[in-house]
Order: sequence, then structure tokens, then C-alpha cells
Amino acid sequence: MTSTAEPELGRSRKRKEDARLVTGATRWTDNMALPGMMHLAVLRSPVAHARITSVDTSEARRMSGVRAVVTGTDIAADQGSLPCAWPITEDMRSPQAPPMAVDTVNFAGEAVAMVAARSAAEARDALDAIDVDYDDLPVVLDVESAAQPGSPLVHTELGTNRSATWTFDSAEAGTGGDVDRALADAEVRVERTFRQQRLIPAFMEPRSVLVDPTSEQITVYSATQVPHILRTMLAMSLGVDEHKIRVIAPDVGGGFGGKLQVTPEEVLTFLMARRLGCPVKWTETRSETMVSAHHGRDQVQRLALAARRDGTVTGLNVELLADMGAYLRLVTPGIPILGGLMFNSIYKFDSYRFTCTNVFTTKTPTDAYRGAGRPEATFAIERMMDELAAELDMDPLEVRRRNWIDRAEFPYTTVAGLTYDSGDYEAATGRAEELFGYRQLREEQARRRQRADTVQLGIGVSTFTEMCGLAPSRVLGSLSYGAGGWEHAQIRVLPTGKVELVTGVSPHGQGHVTAWSQLVADRIGVPFDDVEVLHGDTQISPRGMDTYGSRSLSVGGMAAVSATDRVIEKARRIAAHMLECSEDDLEFSAGRFGVRGTDRGTGISDVALAAFTAHDLPEGVEPNLDAEATFDPENFSFPHGTHLCAVEVDTDTGEVRIRSYVCVDDVGTVVNPLIVEGQVHGGLAQGIAQALFEEAVHDEDGTLTTATLADYLVPTAADLPEFTTDRTETRATSNQLGVKGVGEAGTIASTPAVVNAVVDAVRHFGVDDVRMPCSPQRVWRAIRGVRASSETAPEAGGGLGSMETGGFAGSEGDLR
Amino acid sequence: MPRITVHVDGTTYTDDVSARTLLVQYLREHLGRTGTVVGCDTSNCGACTVHLDGQSVKSCSVLAAQADGHEITTIEGLSGDGGQHPMQQAFHDNHALQCGFCTPGMIMQAVDLLSDTPEPDDQQIREGLEGNLCRCTGYQNIVRAVRDASRRMRAGAEAEHTGETPAPRSAEERTAQPTGGQS
Ligand code: FES
Ligand code: FES
Repeated sequence: MTSTAEPELGRSRKRKEDARLVTGATRWTDNMALPGMMHLAVLRSPVAHARITSVDTSEARRMSGVRAVVTGTDIAADQGSLPCAWPITEDMRSPQAPPMAVDTVNFAGEAVAMVAARSAAEARDALDAIDVDYDDLPVVLDVESAAQPGSPLVHTELGTNRSATWTFDSAEAGTGGDVDRALADAEVRVERTFRQQRLIPAFMEPRSVLVDPTSEQITVYSATQVPHILRTMLAMSLGVDEHKIRVIAPDVGGGFGGKLQVTPEEVLTFLMARRLGCPVKWTETRSETMVSAHHGRDQVQRLALAARRDGTVTGLNVELLADMGAYLRLVTPGIPILGGLMFNSIYKFDSYRFTCTNVFTTKTPTDAYRGAGRPEATFAIERMMDELAAELDMDPLEVRRRNWIDRAEFPYTTVAGLTYDSGDYEAATGRAEELFGYRQLREEQARRRQRADTVQLGIGVSTFTEMCGLAPSRVLGSLSYGAGGWEHAQIRVLPTGKVELVTGVSPHGQGHVTAWSQLVADRIGVPFDDVEVLHGDTQISPRGMDTYGSRSLSVGGMAAVSATDRVIEKARRIAAHMLECSEDDLEFSAGRFGVRGTDRGTGISDVALAAFTAHDLPEGVEPNLDAEATFDPENFSFPHGTHLCAVEVDTDTGEVRIRSYVCVDDVGTVVNPLIVEGQVHGGLAQGIAQALFEEAVHDEDGTLTTATLADYLVPTAADLPEFTTDRTETRATSNQLGVKGVGEAGTIASTPAVVNAVVDAVRHFGVDDVRMPCSPQRVWRAIRGVRASSETAPEAGGGLGSMETGGFAGSEGDLR
Repeated sequence: MPRITVHVDGTTYTDDVSARTLLVQYLREHLGRTGTVVGCDTSNCGACTVHLDGQSVKSCSVLAAQADGHEITTIEGLSGDGGQHPMQQAFHDNHALQCGFCTPGMIMQAVDLLSDTPEPDDQQIREGLEGNLCRCTGYQNIVRAVRDASRRMRAGAEAEHTGETPAPRSAEERTAQPTGGQS
């Protein structure tokens, strides 16, 4: 029996996944072609809000290679309504969400017709020949005015643009005091309004769906993060028998929440394939992705914080307006609510109230994007802590220290009612300060200010936490979510001793195949290469909740561990029988059962063979070495960390350059440091992109002006700095592995660190906020005190123009 | 329909293609060489990068007809012998990919970069890859991989580091330098 020399847990294994990805031997959905396959193209509304008065498809139908042209009217009876699994309140208003518009379009990019043709080119050509007449309705773009009574309506049948209001009040919940009292009694009050701009997930692989209806089960290949959820939801919303649908997520090129969806196009491709009785494939262009795949963020955040002069925060009131876009997609309404439990972050506030109103506009629907609600919350509180520090003329780290939960105070139940199991904010912060050279940079900053240098230095702090490991099913139930948060795994030890691990998570870049192999190899005592991880196909992996919310390791990894332990227990009975001893006499290590005090023993692969032959098994033991387990976490996990960012701001041009970025994250036990570091890097890039570059901008007609990768500024290698990453390791106590999750940490933490640094660099000009993305123009105007007047001018960070109406101008670099 | 003869990854193909067929469509749809992928429709992402007569091009911005008589190398033919090119190894060793969608284009561009600038510094690497977007990695490990490949290729020792764990980081990479106090 071979055993692993070096422990697998904590080892920087290079990834099993890479071999085919670096050689191009990939299985992206769009790579697939099936015999007789038709190509589907979707016609999209160019207008944001209109009645469809007529659709003429006669010319398109006559074009070369065109098999079918289908409009919303043609499928009105079959297409159902796209699912929303998260009715956050009992009285939430939710419009019908047809995959294809029937008589009204509610955002520019909504599907209005589709063509199936022999080739993708012929299908696209035919789209041009479809004639749609629209009768314009008033567009509703600004979330603040949309929330006002008297605003034009997105969905007239709802009678309002307000979908739901969700509140949490610590006084009512019994988790803390009364915020109004805290604010009334405050020695210091800080009030700010922040804008979380709309972002586009911008995964690199455009979405693609291939539906093959020619076998007993209808097979759906999709570039999705959630094959299991997709299967159940297709069955529920189309009334197709669930056991007649098989969903496969082949290689998937990134998701970041953007592929956590049941998309209109998945349903439309499914309907077209069923209609034609042949395989049909739809692959979007990037321009389609930008307008039709869901967007993220997009909130207005009003905060009021009460504190004492010594820096102790006594209360926080948060009022959000969250832009849903035109429809409620899979988890749209719940995204801001996920942040609702996190505004108090790592701090011991006495009182807290959170109110969020979800509002419809005639824009692309929003939904999960990396962090999903938590980056918004973290941004707001970390900006507020810096503002409080400025108000009190105190070091921003000191203000945090005075409020954070001390390491001796865990487990700690927060004012939002969550119990943080573990953490060590002192250690992470101390390490970050040291790596960063915090004191020296402060000194340099002072010198530059004194000299009135053109280039000013700013230092930004973010001490964050997040709730990960979605999720304890009972908590999801209490938040009215439509499913559980468990995860499933199966272990099969094959007759030759090789191991198959089936997991319900669905990786798309996270390296689960490698990490899960490490988890199991160590535990069961077989070599890393002897473990095969199977996933992403509902026929192979029958149960799962898929991958999002930094849940895969802390929930799915735990399921794998539990299944492994069950296999070992099963093997123990067989081994005892083989060795004619009692089970209690056996000790298991490195893949071998040894009889205590003797040199007798047997390896797990011999036991597997004995189970397979089944010639002589103990009474009641079935002839295999398989086991499965479903893990439902008891609590969330709470990764945390301290991120420090130094920026140089050219006060003549407004240009921001990140000079150094240090982060010390505590994600608990680490299975594979190489993968963890990669997750942090990628997360940082996306968080920094929100701070400095990206914004989905609509013009006054509701057209997305940042609809290509030329206009929507996904950062390049030249735009980003070298990051300095390190870790502290405080085990999570909520799971046996001690892991917390890492997928979203970098994104959640980095945005406020960068913006705090930018504001810090120019605060002495009287600036107390710069709206994101902090483009050179915005920074320059903040310094110059130019306010709303030029806000519709072109923006480097906002494509062609920044659409802003209503009373939002005040947050742009207020001078006081 | 123009008739073209193109050499792709060591094989010669003669085909009739429509005038508007893009090189990337020709590779994927006509030749079944799906290792090269499409990430955008505005020539911004670089996912489709291949070599045309040894120079990197975005195959979504070249017509198939323009490749007539030329030599095309894709990610699938990069190593020639079925093994891995040092750049492919370096991407693996340095965890320079996550989802891997940008990887074929990134590797082809990086190889081109090193043929122009065999010993680039980090800034030259970052600028040389500016036309290739990656949403997953934050680029840090891609920069490391290119640096690593540059060392290997100059040493001519393609397999100098093939162990199970990545090359040890230099001291200054593992623990960051305090950067303060330099004004
Ligand atoms: S596909 Fe994006 S540049 Fe070619
Ligand atoms: S590895 Fe996913 S886009 Fe680069």
C-alpha cells in the first residue's frame, strides 16, 4: 500500500486541471457540435421600455438555412416564467418574467425573437431581416426617482416600482439597542451616501447552451455554475419531468456569480430543441453578454453612524435602495439582504438597523456578482470607519482597534445576530502593518503634504470579514430562500484501489479537482493521483447545490470528508473480518488497517478487492466500498483580513497609481496555498476594478453604453500592481477541517481599501468622498470641487457617459 | 468563395471559405481546432491569439482568406511534439490559470513577447500582455510564469523544474518589502 509521504493538506499541489487547459484540449460548451445541430441566434430589444406592436418574421423565414423563427407570441403558452428563488418578504412584488418578451420589453437587451439555422452566420443574418415595431414607454433609470411615488412604472400591473422592503432592527431582534436613541445621543455623527455602481461580471467565456433532445433524457450542456439548480428549475418552470432532464456543465470559463442563473437563453434553447427535435446550440457574442447577462451591485447606500469622541461606535443606521433592474432573476432580491447581516463587520456596535428597498428600473436585471451583497456592505462600513477617523483626527487603524472584537471574545454574537466562531484581527492587522511599512508610509505622506507635492500619497485601510460557506439550511429558511444550503459527496473505492469522488459542487476555475483529491488522498491514504473527482453532470453527480458564495470547500469539502470517513468505517468492518480481530483492535493510518500491537494488517485496496469479490464478507455488509454523505453546516464561516493600500494621486491630472497593496487574509486552514493565493489575486483584481475602472453606464434612453470590452474597462495586466499577500491562520470551529472559504475575500476587502486610499490622498483639499470608479476625471473634479455640473461628461471609468439623474450629485467629492 | 491553402499546426488544408469567414471561425468550425477560443467581438480580449508565420495575431481580426499561403500555429500545435512548450509548463507550475479560458491566447501572446524580448522585466511583461484579458488570476501568476519561462527558455533547459510543487519563490516575493519611507 502506498502512502503519501508529505501530508496533502497544506501542500501547494499544482493543478490536475491544467494539462488540458494549457494545451487547448478543452470542452467548452461552444466547442461541441452534434449531428444535425442547429444554431440559435437571439434578437434583442434595442429599446429599454416599449410595447411590441408588431413582429414581422416572414422575410427571415425565407432565408437560406433558416429552420425556424420564433417570437414571444409563438411560445407564450410554453415558456413559463423565469424562476426567482428568493422571495425576501411575504408581500414582495414580483412581475412575470417570460424568457422572451411577448408584448412588452422592459430593458434593452431583452429577447424578442429567435432564429434556428444551419449555421451561426445564417442565424445571425436572419435576425437582421426580422422587423419589430416598438411603441415607446417611459424609461425608468434612476433608482432614487424610481422609488418615488409618481414615478413612471416599469411594470404597470404592480402599481409601484418598489418590489419589497426588508428590515433588520437590533432593538426589535433583541440583539442590540435602539439606533435612533444612539444617533440622538451621539457625541459624533457621521452621515454619508455612497453609490455602488453597476458592474458587469465579465467572465471570459461567453455563455453557451447546447440542448440535445434526441435521447430519452433531454441533455442540456450549459456554461453554468449551477447545473443542479438549473435542472430542478427547468423542470419546475417548464413543467418538464425532472428525471427527463440531464444537465451537464462542461469546462466553464469563469462565472463570479454571473453564471449563477437560470437564463432566458437556457430556456429558449431548450424550447427550440424540443420544437425542432434536433440538437440546438446558442452561443452569445460578447456584446450580448454585456446587455443580457445579469449585472451586479447597483445600490444607493445612506448611512448614519453614531460614536463617542473616544472613537467607540454606538450605532449604525443603513438605508439602501437596491436596483433590481427589470426583473427578479434567480436570487436578485436576496443579494442586498446578504449584505444586511454584514454592515457591522468585525465591530462591536451597540445598535444597528438595516432597511433595504428593492426597486425596479428598465435596465438589465442585477443578481449575484462576486461577493454578492457583502462587498457593498464592507465598502460602506470601511469607508465610514475612515470617515469617523478623519472626523476625530484619529488613525484609521486605531479607530478600528477600538471597535473590533478582541481575539479573546470569540465566539461572539454580533448586533446583527450572527455568531462569529473565530478570528484574530490583531494578528492579521499586525502582520499587514509590518509588511506594508505603515508607519514609514504615514511619515512619507506627511512630508509630501507639507511640501505640497503634486503627487500625493494616500493610505487606505480595510479590515473586513464576510460570511461564507452558504449556508446553514435553517438560516436560509429563516431568510425565505427557496432551497437548502447543504452539499453532497460520494466516495467509491474501486476494486483496484483507485478512488472516485463525486461532488455536488461545480467548479469553473477554482481548482476543486486538485483540492478535493488532496482532501481525500490524505484521509483515505491513497496517492493524490489515484483520486478522480467527478462533477458537473447531474447524471454522474445526482445531488448538489453547486458553486458560489465561497461555499465549496467549507460545505462541499466537508461532505467529501464525511463520505470518506464513512468509507473507512465500512472498510474497518471488512478488515476486522479479514484479519479475524475485533474492529476495536484496528488502527487506521496511511491507508492501512493494522492490528494493534502486531505487524498484521491490510491495506484499503485489499479491503476494496475483498468487498468487490464478496466471497467472504461479514454478515450484513454490502459488497462495495462506497459511501455518501450530505453536509449541512451549522453556521457560516467568517474569513477576515486586513488590506492596506497605498496610492499615489497626481493632483494635476487626477490619475491614481497603486503603489503598494498588502493583504493578510485569514481563511482558516488552507488545503492548497497555491490555489488560495490565486483566488486572492483574482479577487483583488475585481475589487480594485470596481474602485478604479469599471462601471456599467446607461444613456438617457436606457441603452448600455459600456457594451463592449473596449468601453467596459476590465483591467489589463498593465493596470494592476504586484500584490503582496500573506495569511494568518485561525481555524474555523464550525467545521472539522477548520476552513472558511476564500473565493470572494479579495473582492470584498479591496474596494474600500483603494477608495479609502484615494480619499486619504486628497482629503486635505477638503475631499471626503470620490465616487466609484475613481477615474482621473472624478478625482480631478473632486480636488477642484467641481460637482454635478460635468457628471455627464465622458469618463475613463464609465465608457461614454455617466447617466445620473435625481439627487445623487452630493456624494461627488463634497467640499466642506 | 475564395479557395485557400493554409498550414495549421503542421497540417496543410485546402478549402473553399466564404469571404467573410474569420480565421478563428475557420480554425474552430471548419478544422475543429477548438483550442483557440472567442471571448469578444471587438478584438479586445486576446483569447483568440494564434501565430501567423510566427507572429501573434488575434485570429478574430484576420479573415481566413488572408491566411492563404501562411503558416498558422495554435495552442494545440505550439509544442509540436505533443509534449508541452516551456511556456505551457510555466503556466502550470506557477498557477497562471484558473478557468483557463484566456490561457491559450495568453500563452501564444507570451511566447511572442519572449521572442521579441527574451529577458523582459515585469513592466515589459505586463505591457506585452495588455491586449489579453484575464478575469480570474489578477495577472500576478501570469507575470511569474512568463518570467519563469523566460529563464527556462534562455537556459534551454525545458524541464529544469518539474517537481510536484511550484518553484520556490525568491525571498522578496514571499515576504513583501516594506515600501514606506522613500520620499
Ligand atoms: S476574440 Fe477577443 S480579441 Fe479575438
Ligand atoms: S484564467 Fe479565467 S480568464 Fe484567465
